[in-house]
Amino acid sequence: MANKAQIPTNNSALIAMIADEDTITGFLLAGVGNVDLRRKTNYLILDSKTTVKAIEDAFKEFTTKEDIAIVLISQYVANMIRFLVDSYNKPIPAILEIPSKDHPYDPTHDSVLSRVKYLFSSESVASGRR
Amino acid sequence: MSGQSQRLNVVPTVTVLGVVKARLVGATRGHALLKKKSDALTVQFRQILKKIVTTKETMGDIMKSSSFALTEAKYVAGDNIKHTVLENVHNATLRVRSRTENVAGVKLPKFEYFHEGETKNDLTGLARGGQQVQLCRVAYVKAIEVLVELASLQTSFLTLDEAIKTTNRRVNALENVVKPRLENTISYIKGELDELEREDFFRLKKIQGYKKRELERQLASAQQFAEEQVAEKVSLQKGISINAAHNLLTDANKKDEDIIF
Repeated sequence: MANKAQIPTNNSALIAMIADEDTITGFLLAGVGNVDLRRKTNYLILDSKTTVKAIEDAFKEFTTKEDIAIVLISQYVANMIRFLVDSYNKPIPAILEIPSKDHPYDPTHDSVLSRVKYLFSSESVASGRR
Repeated sequence: MSGQSQRLNVVPTVTVLGVVKARLVGATRGHALLKKKSDALTVQFRQILKKIVTTKETMGDIMKSSSFALTEAKYVAGDNIKHTVLENVHNATLRVRSRTENVAGVKLPKFEYFHEGETKNDLTGLARGGQQVQLCRVAYVKAIEVLVELASLQTSFLTLDEAIKTTNRRVNALENVVKPRLENTISYIKGELDELEREDFFRLKKIQGYKKRELERQLASAQQFAEEQVAEKVSLQKGISINAAHNLLTDANKKDEDIIF
């Protein structure tokens, strides 16, 4: 286990978000938003002018920051940077794909859920064989 | 994977045999323990799998209802509420705390959310739609609750997956590489020791036979000598050497040149 991730024990961590304006607004209303001293936010609001490059940068930034425990990402955004999301396999921060208002949630696209489903079916096949 | 190459390079002695046997016992015990660990992890893993599937499905509903709550709030309070909310962001009041849970020696992260400080959005929508805004807030907090649970399940899933893989790899390595190698080494050492023993035994036999033959030879020669001595003594007593008598007898047959007739 050379690449075993260290589980941080600091007491408070943030939830980062990459989503459209409405979803972000809702979560900000719940109080997850944070602005640090350099006026950097822990969320990225997507509009029609946001480039894929900007999303990639935000994703990389959120996944490398150590005070972020969970990254919420809208599924249609995750689809834009699917290769990055799929190649990300660290346990912390956890990447969660959430449904957005305009785009219905498709469980087959979710990288973790597809793995879960795959394992689930293979395990049930294996247990049925036994 | 031939049987001969699959052994340790050791000197075949009794001491090394003891050491290798001790190692085999250790490997067997380790194998049993790791297998148990792998089983425990797999049980946990399946539970988490089931939970992930159900939680992911509930997440869809929760998100739908919270989106709807937001739409309601926007309808009542006006579309510019989001600007108020976006401007009101300073410090996160809803944060995540992580603690670790130990399952068979594997540390699994568990997240839980908590409120820190007071919410800044208390006065949002004071003019109109305040209640809807608060409802919307509650809905999103509930969504966060589900999402945080899902996140901890997901991290546990990934960590356990990795841990199970390594454990299984170790179990298989012990079972298929280390144990056969030690067993081969033990049989090799035993074979060599038996071979040495047989060699020793054969050598002893050989030497014993040689000694026996030598003894017999000596005995025989001594006996012959003794017989000759006895014969000599007897002839001396009769006043004639046995050799002379012998000669007389043999000479009688020869032709004497001095005798003319």
